[in-house]
Amino acid sequence: MSRYFAARAVQTVVTLLLMSLVVYLLIGLMPGDPIDMMISGDPTMTSADAARLRAAYGLDKPLFERYLAWLLQALQGNFGYSRSFGQPVLTVLWPRLLNTLLLAGLAFVISVAIALPLGMWAAAHPRSRADYLINLLCFGGISAPPFWLALLLISLFAVKLGWLPAGGMADIRTGTPWTTALVDQLRHLALPVLTLTLVQLGGYTRFMRGAMIEALRQDYVRTARAKGAPERLVLWRHAFANALSPVLTILALSFGGLVSGALITETMFAWPGMGKAIYQAILENDYNLALVGLLVATAATIAGNLMADLAYAWVDPRVSLADATP
Amino acid sequence: MIRRLLSTLLALGAFASPVQAKDELVVAMTQMPGTWNPIISSMLAKSLIANMTARPVTAYDADWKLVCLVCTELPTIENGKAMVVDLVDGKKGMEIDVELRDMRWGDGTPVSAKDVAFTLEVGKHPLSGVASSEGYKRIIKLDVKDDRRFTMTIDRVTFDYNSIGLQLLPAHIEKPIFDANPAEYRNKTAYDTQSTNPGLAFGPYRLTEIQPGSRVVLEPNPTWTGQKPSFKRITVRIIENTAALEANLLSGSVDYVLGELGLSLDQAIAFEKRHKDKYNVVYKPALIWEHIDVNLDNKLLADRRVRQAMLLAIDRKAISEKLFEGKQPIAHGGISELDPMFSPAARQYGYDAAAARKLLDEAGFSTLRNNVRHNAAGEKLSIELGTTAGNRVRELVAQVIQSQLRQVGIEVRLKAETPRIFFEAMGKRTYSGLGMYAWVQRPEGVPRSSLHSKEIPSADNGWSGQNYPGYANPEMDKVLDAAERELDVVKRRALFAEIQKLAADDLPSLPLFFRVDPFVIPKPLKGVTPTGTLNSSTLWVEQWRWEN
Repeated sequence: MSRYFAARAVQTVVTLLLMSLVVYLLIGLMPGDPIDMMISGDPTMTSADAARLRAAYGLDKPLFERYLAWLLQALQGNFGYSRSFGQPVLTVLWPRLLNTLLLAGLAFVISVAIALPLGMWAAAHPRSRADYLINLLCFGGISAPPFWLALLLISLFAVKLGWLPAGGMADIRTGTPWTTALVDQLRHLALPVLTLTLVQLGGYTRFMRGAMIEALRQDYVRTARAKGAPERLVLWRHAFANALSPVLTILALSFGGLVSGALITETMFAWPGMGKAIYQAILENDYNLALVGLLVATAATIAGNLMADLAYAWVDPRVSLADATP
Repeated sequence: MIRRLLSTLLALGAFASPVQAKDELVVAMTQMPGTWNPIISSMLAKSLIANMTARPVTAYDADWKLVCLVCTELPTIENGKAMVVDLVDGKKGMEIDVELRDMRWGDGTPVSAKDVAFTLEVGKHPLSGVASSEGYKRIIKLDVKDDRRFTMTIDRVTFDYNSIGLQLLPAHIEKPIFDANPAEYRNKTAYDTQSTNPGLAFGPYRLTEIQPGSRVVLEPNPTWTGQKPSFKRITVRIIENTAALEANLLSGSVDYVLGELGLSLDQAIAFEKRHKDKYNVVYKPALIWEHIDVNLDNKLLADRRVRQAMLLAIDRKAISEKLFEGKQPIAHGGISELDPMFSPAARQYGYDAAAARKLLDEAGFSTLRNNVRHNAAGEKLSIELGTTAGNRVRELVAQVIQSQLRQVGIEVRLKAETPRIFFEAMGKRTYSGLGMYAWVQRPEGVPRSSLHSKEIPSADNGWSGQNYPGYANPEMDKVLDAAERELDVVKRRALFAEIQKLAADDLPSLPLFFRVDPFVIPKPLKGVTPTGTLNSSTLWVEQWRWEN
C-alpha cells in the first residue's frame, strides 16, 4: 500500500513538472509578448521603453532559460508575481480558488446527489414515462448552452421576479450577523449553482442510468431476483455497488474541472473564480498566473484520479491497492 | 408540495435587495483593474476608479478644455507662468511654474512638491517598470521653491507644455519602498500590498475594500477639501458580460453602469427604447477612432487610387444609420470634428460607387472575372481584412464592408482573431492587407505615432511606434514635427490642416467612425458629465448626487 502511494507521488511530481514545461512553452510560443500588448495600447512607448521593460520582466532571455529560472524559484515556494495584478500569484489565486470550490463544489454535490438516484430510478423503470421524461430533461440540460441558461435564469429570477441577485458575491460587511451573511451568500450562490447543476445533471444522470442498466442485466442480479431478494436490496446492494465504479471514473475526471472553474458561468454571474482568472491570464500573457492556475487544475485532476482509485478499492473488494500498478 | 416550494421562494424573495437609501451608489463596469499603482501601467478600468481617489495635475474637461485639478492656475505663456528658455545644450526648452492646491493625502500628509519629485524619480528610473517613460524624461529639471510651488524645465518647445498628466505618488509611503529596491518596486508598491491605506488617496473618495474580480468599495476621504461628495459609499461591481450587466441594471442590483466601460452602443440603443422612462441615455462622441489600417507593403494597395476607391465604396453613412441609428459620427480622418484642430478643408469621402469603379479602372484593375477585378498582370484584387474577434459590432461592420466592396469588384476575405494575435500581426506589420481596430486620441493630439515615418514598427526600433501601415511621407514628417513645436494656435491650426489634407489624400488608414460612449444614467442620478476623453467622468465624482 505504501509502495503504491510512493509510486503515485513520484508519478504526480513528474506529471506536474512535464505539465509546467509544456504550459510554459505553449504560453511563451503564443504570438505577442506582454510588452507588444503594452505598445499597442500606449502610443507614447518608445523602443527604449520596450527594451527596458523586456529586461525588467526577463522577457529578453530565451524561453527555456526563463522556464528554468521560474522552476528554480517555484521549487523554493516562490511562484512569482502576477504581471497584471502586481501581486504574488498565490495571493491572486487563493481567494479565487476558494470561490470556485464553493461554487463548483456545491453544484457538483447537488448534481451528484440528484443524478445518482434519478439515474437509478430511470434504469429501474426503463422505457417508462418517467424514464422518457428523465431522458428528455437530461438531454435538455446537456444541450442547453450555459450562457443562455444563465441569462434565462437571471431574466426570470433577478429581473422579472426580483427574488435573487443577478450576480456578484455577497456583500458581507463588518458587524453583519452570521445568519444574514449566510442568507446573503446563499442568495448570491443560488443562480450560478442552479445553472451549473442543470448543466451537469444530465450527463451524470445518463451515466448512472447506463451503468445501472448494464449492472441490472448481469447474472448475479438475475440470481438475486430468483432467490427472492427484495427489489430494493437487488437495486442497492447488487446493482448499485457494481454500477458505481464506472460512474466514479466520470466523477473523478470532473474533479479537475471543478478547480479550473466554470468560465462561462463565472463570467455571466460575475463570480470571481479560477476559470476567469486563468482565461484572462492567458489572454494577457500573464505567464506566472496562467501557469500556476493550470498546474493547480492539473494537480486537482491527479488528486481526483487518486480518490477514484481509493474509491474503487472501497466499493469493489476485488480491487486491491497493495497489488495495484499506479 | 408546490405551495410549500412557492412560499419558500417568496420567503427568499423577502431578502431581495431592499430599495437602497441613496447613501450608497452601486455602479458597474466590465473590467477589473490590475495593479492599482497609477503610473506602472495605464488601464481604463483602473483610471475610472483611481480618478475618484486621486487626480492628475491637469486634465481635459467635458468641453475638451485643459483645466487644473491639482494646480491652482493653468500655466500659460500669456499669464507668464510658462516661457521658452535656452537649455545648456544650446537647444530651446520651456520653464513652467506650477503651484499645487492645498490638498492632503487621506492620512493628513499634505500633497507637496516632494510627491512631484518622487513621481518623476520613479517615472524616469530604468528599473521601476513604468510602461512609458517619455512623459517623465521630457522634464529635465525640477526646481522646488517650497512645499507647493515648483518650476519644471522641459527639454523641448511644444504647444502641450501645460498638459501635465502626472499622477502623483505619495512620497511619504512609497519612497521607502522604492528606495529599498527600485527593481522590486512594481511588486512591492503599497498600492497593491496595502491598497486600502488612506494615505494613497487625496481625491474625494478612498478605497476601503477590494474583492478581487468582484467589487471595489470607496468611501469619502475625510481630508478632501473640495466639494463634499454626496454618496457615503460607492460600490463598483465588476461584471464582464454586457448582457449580464444589463440584467443587473434592470434587476436593481446595479444603479448605474459606467459609460466608459459598460454597455455597447447597440445595447444602449435597444435599452433606451425599452426603458427611456427610467433612464437618460447620453451618447457622448469619444476620441476613439475606428479605422482600417492599410498595409502599404501590399502591392495591390500601394496605389492610393485603390485606397481612395475603397473608401468611396464604403457607405459609412448607411452603416451608421443601420447599425447605430446614426449615433456614431462618421470620421473624415483621425481628428474628430469636435476637436478644435479639425480642418473641414481636407478631402471628405462620401459614398460614390461610380467614382470608386472609375478609380479602380484607372489604377489598372479593369478586368472583371467572377465579379472580382483583376489587373493586366492577372492579379486578383482580393484583400484580407483582419479585425478583433469578440467585438460583435466590429465583426458586423466588417461583414457589411465586405459586401459593399464586393459591389465594386473588390474581394475581401474576413479574418477575425483574438486581440492578442491581431495586434501582434499589426505591431509586427505581418498583416497582409487591411486591419480594422480603434485608436484612442486626445484633444489637440498630434497624430505623430501613427503617421510619422520614424514610428513605423521594425526590429531596429524594438517594434515600437504605431505607424502600422508603414506610411512614409517626408512632407508629412515635416508638418508633424512643426505642429508639435508651434506655440501659436493659428499657425498650429494651419499645420494641423495640412496634416489632415495629406492623410486624406494618401489614405494610409481608411477612416470609419468616431466611437460613441453610451451613458445609461438613471434619471435620479445627477451630475454625471461624460467627457469622451481618457479623462473620465469619474474625475468629477464629487458632483454626482441622487435626486428622487
